[in-house]
Amino acid sequence: MSNTAKTLVIASAVAAAVSGAATTASAQAKEKCYGVSLAGQNDCAAGPGTTCAGTSTVDYQGNAWTLVDAGTCADIELPAEANGTARKGSLEPLERDLPA
Amino acid sequence: MSVSQTTFRAALLDPSAVVPEGLWDAEERPAGRRFSVYRNNVAVSLTEAMHQAFPVIAKLLGPQNMDGLSGLFLRKHPPSSPLMMFYGEEFPAFLAGMEQLSHLGYLADVAHLELALRRSYHAADSQAAPPDALAVPPEEIVLAKLEFAPSMTVLRSEWPLYSIWRFNSEDGAPKPAPGAEDVLITRPEFDPAPHLLPKGGADWIAQVQAGLTIGEAFEKTSVDFPEFDLGATLALLLQGGAITSVTIERLAT
Amino acid sequence: MLDSSLRSNRLPAVPGVGYKPQHYDQILEHAHPVGWLEIHAENYMGDGGRPLAQLRHLSERFPISVHGVGLSIGGEGPLDADHLARLKHLVGWLNPASFSEHLAWSTHDSHFLNDLLPLPYTDETLASVCAHIDQVQDTVGRQMLLENPSSYLAFEESTWSEPEFLREIARRTGCGLLLDVNNVFVSATNLDFSPQSYIDAYPLDNVHEIHLGGHDEDEDDHGRPLLIDSHGCEVVDPVWALLDYVLERSGPKPVLIEWDTDVPDWHVLRAEADRAQAALDRIPA
Repeated sequence: MSNTAKTLVIASAVAAAVSGAATTASAQAKEKCYGVSLAGQNDCAAGPGTTCAGTSTVDYQGNAWTLVDAGTCADIELPAEANGTARKGSLEPLERDLPA
Repeated sequence: MSVSQTTFRAALLDPSAVVPEGLWDAEERPAGRRFSVYRNNVAVSLTEAMHQAFPVIAKLLGPQNMDGLSGLFLRKHPPSSPLMMFYGEEFPAFLAGMEQLSHLGYLADVAHLELALRRSYHAADSQAAPPDALAVPPEEIVLAKLEFAPSMTVLRSEWPLYSIWRFNSEDGAPKPAPGAEDVLITRPEFDPAPHLLPKGGADWIAQVQAGLTIGEAFEKTSVDFPEFDLGATLALLLQGGAITSVTIERLAT
Repeated sequence: MLDSSLRSNRLPAVPGVGYKPQHYDQILEHAHPVGWLEIHAENYMGDGGRPLAQLRHLSERFPISVHGVGLSIGGEGPLDADHLARLKHLVGWLNPASFSEHLAWSTHDSHFLNDLLPLPYTDETLASVCAHIDQVQDTVGRQMLLENPSSYLAFEESTWSEPEFLREIARRTGCGLLLDVNNVFVSATNLDFSPQSYIDAYPLDNVHEIHLGGHDEDEDDHGRPLLIDSHGCEVVDPVWALLDYVLERSGPKPVLIEWDTDVPDWHVLRAEADRAQAALDRIPA
C-alpha cells in the first residue's frame, strides 16, 4: 500500500470513529455500576456480632481450605491446554489437592 | 504482664494460637472469647472486603470458596495500606499459585480486571479532548499524537477475559467462547466499564502511549495484525472519553 | 502542645449522620436533610472519580466532619508518613468543620488490620499517643478530636482509667475529644463499670462531638453479656438515656448517628437523627 493510500485508510477510520462517537455518546451516558462504588469502603464498625464467624479454626485456618460448591465456572468450557488435557471449568477437586 | 502489638497481631491472625496472657475480663479472668471479637473483626471485615472487591471471582467460585480463599489470603497478605479501596493487589498472583485452582487458568486475569476497574473508579479526573480535535485533514491525522485519561487501562489476556467478565456481570450474556481477548477500561465521567478491544488494539494503544503518532502506531500494529480495526478501537476510546489530548506537529511547508 | 488559634471546630450543635454514598440523591433532594455529615477519611483518598466529586458537592451544602479510621495513633511504631500526608491533603483542600481519629491501633509492621485494636493505658502508651497526636496536629495544622474506643477486654498492665487517660492526653496535646456514648455503654457493660461514673470522670469541657451507634449482643465464655460495637442497627434506649445524662452536664453538642453495616434507608437514619434532636431539645436551660 502506498503512503497516500495508507493515510486515507487511517483518515477514514478516524473520521468514522469521530462521527460514530458523536452518535453513540448518549447511549454511553447510561450509568453502569458493577459494584465498584461500594467495594473497599473503610468504616469503624465491629464485626457482625458473633465471636466465631471469622475465628473458626476449622473453616479458616491454614491449608484446610478445599474447593467445594460450584460457582459459574462450572458453566464455562475453555479450550484444551497445550498438553491436550481438556481444560474445563468444572469444580471437581483434583485428587492430589485433597488433604489427607 | 505486658502484651506487645507484635504478640497481639500474631494471635489475631492465627485462630489456633493461644490468647495472649495479660488480657482479661472485669474479674481478671483470661480474655478468652473476648479476644475472638478482634479476631472476628479482622477476618470478617477483610473477607467481606474481598467479596465486594472481587464479585466476579466470587461468582465464578461460589461464595463458600470465596470465604475460604479470603481467609487464606488475608492471613498471607494483610492490607499494606489503610486504603481498603485498593485491597487485594496480590490476589491475582495468589490465585495463580493455588494448586486446587490450576484448572481455572483464567482466574488471575479476571482478578486483574476487577482490580483495574477499582483503580479506574478512583483514578484522577480528566477532561476529554474536544470532539473536533481529530477532525483534521488526512495528512495531519496520521501525525497526531494522543494522551489518554488516567482512568483508562488496557488488559491483555490469553483467555476470553471480556466474555468471562460479561457472563458473570450482565443478565443473559452469552457463554464465553474460547480465545484470547484484550480488554479496554474507560470511565466516561464516573463509571468505569470494560470493553472488548479489536485484535491489535492493545498493541496500537501501547505504541501511542509510548509516543508514536497515530500513523506510525497503525503501521507497526498492521505488521502483526493486518486486520487491525483502527476505527473501532478509536471509537471505544472516544466514546469512553479516554483521549485527553491530541497534538499534531504539522509539517513545515 | 497545639497553638490555641488552631482550635477551630465548627460543627453545629445539631444532629449529623455518617454519610453513605447510597444516600447521596436523597440527601440532596431532601429539603431539611440533616445538620452536617461525617465521612471516613480513607474513602476519600483516591485521586478522583465519584467519591471526591460527591464530597466536593456535599461540602458546598453541609458542614463536613472528617473522621479517620486508619491512622493507628495508638500504634507502638511510628505513624505511617504516607497516610499522614494523605490526611493533610484531604483536610487541606476540604477544610472540614471537624477532624477526628481514634484512640486505637490498626497498623503494625506496615500491616493494616482493618479494625480498631485496643491498647493498655500506661505512662508509656500515654507518652507515645501524645507524641503521635502532636505530630498529627503539627502536620495537619489544626486541632484533632480523639475518640474513646469500645472495649471487649482489659489489659493487666493498665495503670490509668480511660477517662483520666483521655483527660491527660487532651491536657498535654491540646487535642479535643469525641465522646462516643455507645462506646461508653458497650465498654461499661463488657468491663462491668458504671457508665454514669465514667461520664462523671470524663472531661466534658473538651468534648466537641458526640457519637451514637447501634451495637449487637453476644456473651463471653462465662455467659456474661458481651456487646459488640456493630453500627448495624438502631441506638438502644439505655444509650439514649446515657446521652441525656451527658447532655445535661455538657450542654448542647454536635451529635452523630453512625450506621456502617446493613445500612438502612435514608428515612431510618433520618429518624435516628430526629431522636437525637429531641434529646438536644430536652437539655434543661
